Amino acid sequence: MIALWGATRSPRRGGRSCLSGALALIVMLVCPAPVFASADQEKRAGRSINDTRLEMPTWQEIGRVVRLSDANTRWVVGGVTMLGLAAGIVGTFLLLRKRALTADVLAHATFPGVTLAFMMTVAIGASGKSMLTLLIGATVFGVIGMLCILLIRNTTRLKDDAAMAIVLSVFFGLGAAMIGLIQNMPVGSAAGLQTFIFGKAATMLASDAMLMFWAVLGVAIMSILLFKELSLICFDAQYAAAQGWPIVRLDLALMGLVVAVTVLGLQSVGLLLVVALLIIPPAAARFWSDRLLTMTILSAITGLLSGYFGATISALVGRMPTGPIIVIVAAVVFVISMVMGTKRGVIAHAAHQARFRARTRRHHLLRDLFEWAEQHGDAATTEPDDHRPTPRVSLDHLLNLRSWSSGDLRRSVRHARRADLVTDHLDRTISLTDTGVMEAQRIVRNHRLWETYLITHADVAASQVDHEADRIEHVLGRELVMQLESIAAGRQPYRVPPSPHDLGQSSPAN
Amino acid sequence: MIWTAADTWTAATAVLAAVACALCGSFLLLRKQSMLGDAISHTLLPGIVVAFVLTSSRRTGPMLIGAAAAGVLTAMLSEWVRRLGRVEASAALGIVFSTLFAVGIIMLRMMADHIDLDPDCVLYGSLDMVALDHAVTLVQSPIEPGAFGLFGHLAAVLNFGLPHMTLTLVAVFGLNVLLITLFYKELKIATFDPDLATTLGIRASVMHYLLVALVAMTVVAAFEAVGSILVLAMLIVPAAGAYLLTDRLSVMLVLSMVIAAVAAVGGQLAAITVPQVIPETWFGVGFVDTTTASMIAVVSGVLFAIVWLISPRHGLISKFVIRVALHLRIAREDMLGLLYRANEQMDADRQTGARDLCRTLHLRPLAGWLALPGLRWRRQIELRRGQYQLTDRGHQVARRLVRSHRLWETYLDQQLDVPVDELHFPAEQLEHVTDPAMQRELAAHTDGPEVDPQGKRVPPFNADSIDHDER
Repeated sequence: MIALWGATRSPRRGGRSCLSGALALIVMLVCPAPVFASADQEKRAGRSINDTRLEMPTWQEIGRVVRLSDANTRWVVGGVTMLGLAAGIVGTFLLLRKRALTADVLAHATFPGVTLAFMMTVAIGASGKSMLTLLIGATVFGVIGMLCILLIRNTTRLKDDAAMAIVLSVFFGLGAAMIGLIQNMPVGSAAGLQTFIFGKAATMLASDAMLMFWAVLGVAIMSILLFKELSLICFDAQYAAAQGWPIVRLDLALMGLVVAVTVLGLQSVGLLLVVALLIIPPAAARFWSDRLLTMTILSAITGLLSGYFGATISALVGRMPTGPIIVIVAAVVFVISMVMGTKRGVIAHAAHQARFRARTRRHHLLRDLFEWAEQHGDAATTEPDDHRPTPRVSLDHLLNLRSWSSGDLRRSVRHARRADLVTDHLDRTISLTDTGVMEAQRIVRNHRLWETYLITHADVAASQVDHEADRIEHVLGRELVMQLESIAAGRQPYRVPPSPHDLGQSSPAN
Repeated sequence: MIWTAADTWTAATAVLAAVACALCGSFLLLRKQSMLGDAISHTLLPGIVVAFVLTSSRRTGPMLIGAAAAGVLTAMLSEWVRRLGRVEASAALGIVFSTLFAVGIIMLRMMADHIDLDPDCVLYGSLDMVALDHAVTLVQSPIEPGAFGLFGHLAAVLNFGLPHMTLTLVAVFGLNVLLITLFYKELKIATFDPDLATTLGIRASVMHYLLVALVAMTVVAAFEAVGSILVLAMLIVPAAGAYLLTDRLSVMLVLSMVIAAVAAVGGQLAAITVPQVIPETWFGVGFVDTTTASMIAVVSGVLFAIVWLISPRHGLISKFVIRVALHLRIAREDMLGLLYRANEQMDADRQTGARDLCRTLHLRPLAGWLALPGLRWRRQIELRRGQYQLTDRGHQVARRLVRSHRLWETYLDQQLDVPVDELHFPAEQLEHVTDPAMQRELAAHTDGPEVDPQGKRVPPFNADSIDHDER
């Protein structure tokens, strides 16, 4: 369905919404800067003795980090930013494939891999904190965990969610058991592994950060190269399979990319929160666009900025773990997008609904006026060329026709008057103008065509049909009306057909 | 291995936690919302931290309330994001719980100097501290702690109370049993058929939030003991094992509690034995023990794997056995059919040795070598001068099969207009699943033909043969 929307949307419009979305995101994300300023002032104002707030950085420190003058910081910030970018791209496909929580399971499943690799490297006498070995261990167990999910899902009657919960908790338990062992080991302490759980980019070595940067860049390039193939499995996997695409292998490729992002994100974001980096940016981007490419770009930008701010703030504020900051930056973007998003945001959706309701009310008003004129034997309503005034209808009468409040009625009369469809008179009555008659004819015609169709082709009783037609007439397009006309053959074109049921019967309930 | 009084307390607490979790986890599993358990167990952290900040105490009451509120908040927020933002359900859950968890960690770090809440404790739980907790009550007691034994325990329990963690778990377990018994019918209907529940006047959404609140309470109580992530193992894994063993909800609830209890005791045993089994040469050190909570998760995983293998109806092994048995039966029936057709054609030169049969039927040698003894054991074929021949009994079975085959061919030809050269393959499959009643129906629909569309004789129906076959 999404693909259809995307396909029918004109490219110009998509581009504009992309640009406005991107701008909105950037503006939002620049906001955190003043936070530092106020904290800095507070610090100068003096602190009480039992004040245990976090050490706030000075302007000088901020400048050094922001300018990336330190080589180590440069690589760490660069690496985490790139991680956010790659996660934003890969996450888009993961979200659209409805596998969002798989990343959470994979991240937890890597835990025993990390601990086992740590124990083994300690046992052979090397330093346990070698990034590469830990990552290899994590990858191996991430893949095993993924295979376990597939195996449980395919060979038992348990569903996806149960398979994921089982793998997640049992693998994490295995890792925790090994942490229990490591704490007994005289050589190493598990302190280094703590960063793998909560994530702390600031403790990364430049070499590790460099490794992460290049690996994550590779993941991002891979997912861009596979863009078309991955979008196929996101929207209509069965169709893609029918066209001869290797769906299983593409699914595995997507999962491989997810494993890579998860494992590479362990040290900076932590295994508990790496899932957020994969879900939140694409979910936020989804509110701004219906087009996959636009959504991917927005998601990548959100991920990139979250990564950048997470790494920067973590580098500045001593005790802060990176992962939670990244997640909170992304979550702020998500909330703002959810409210303000131009395509599926709450406000946009509510405005759309309100417009639809207003249009429905206008249709009802015009139809009521028209039918009243029709019933009271005034032929003028069917012949707009005679410039005779249409009969006046009192507002009280209109109010009783439907279950609308007087406020609704007043509002729709005001809107209709502004659109020059009705004129109101001093004695609380209104009548149709010439344009109003034309518009009312169109509306009543649609309504009656649809009623006739329902009665003749869908066997709906004549006394029921008014209500049924009411539900659909507001969304009839021009093509559909032409089809209805061709079905209701024998009627004069462009004339209002007579109502197929007694107008007095039309229930006031709707 | 030395099992001490402390271990008894740890195991008892673990059993209580596991059993309480298994009860409400079963419903979560059946509603396909297992990951909601994961989400709730994560978002307890901010709930607890907020409770700390507001009350600045480590009492259980505020903690329970704060965490339960956080659990319900998670469910409501994710439902809200799902409906308002039209985000897919699992993604909404992921967004909400990871954000709340991140907020929790940051608050924890900001308050680090005020609160002595250990992140390790949050993750892995403090089940191993139950004994310490109890030791405090013991030290304060006038009874000589040396005079232990079963009665000593009992006295300690009666006089000086249980460790508070255990006490909380007893209460929560009781609450679980109470609520599930009270609302058993409503929960059951709302779980399996929410629409039916609505038509019966049961508010499915009320049941949903009742369950969520129950899960949150249970998770909070168990969380202190086993930690935020391992609690998920207690919620889902025993329930999943029980689900593979039975189709009845009541039986499943009992079984999940049994599995949970076994996993809890087994986990405690494994925590103090398994590390000692690891040879010193592997990692250069000998290990004494590890955390109980994590081993409970591992042991429940192992129990699940065992159930997965040997469950009588849904297990891998039984599924494999059923498939092999079916495969062999089809191989046997094909052999009988082949021998029957050879007889029919009066082809004396036809080689019907084991190897020829397998080659003609494209059977793998192993299947052939298993099927032939099966037939001989049933006295349906016999070996004469290296060639297999049908016995009388075998002849009757084979005749029924060939009759089914040819009736199907006739039926497919007459009723479905299948081309004559494509008749054989579907008939070959259908003949294995045709019982005498269906054969009668087929004969009636095809007017009891003498010959099939390919001109071969349809063997007549013989009533005596059925008695033999049914054996």
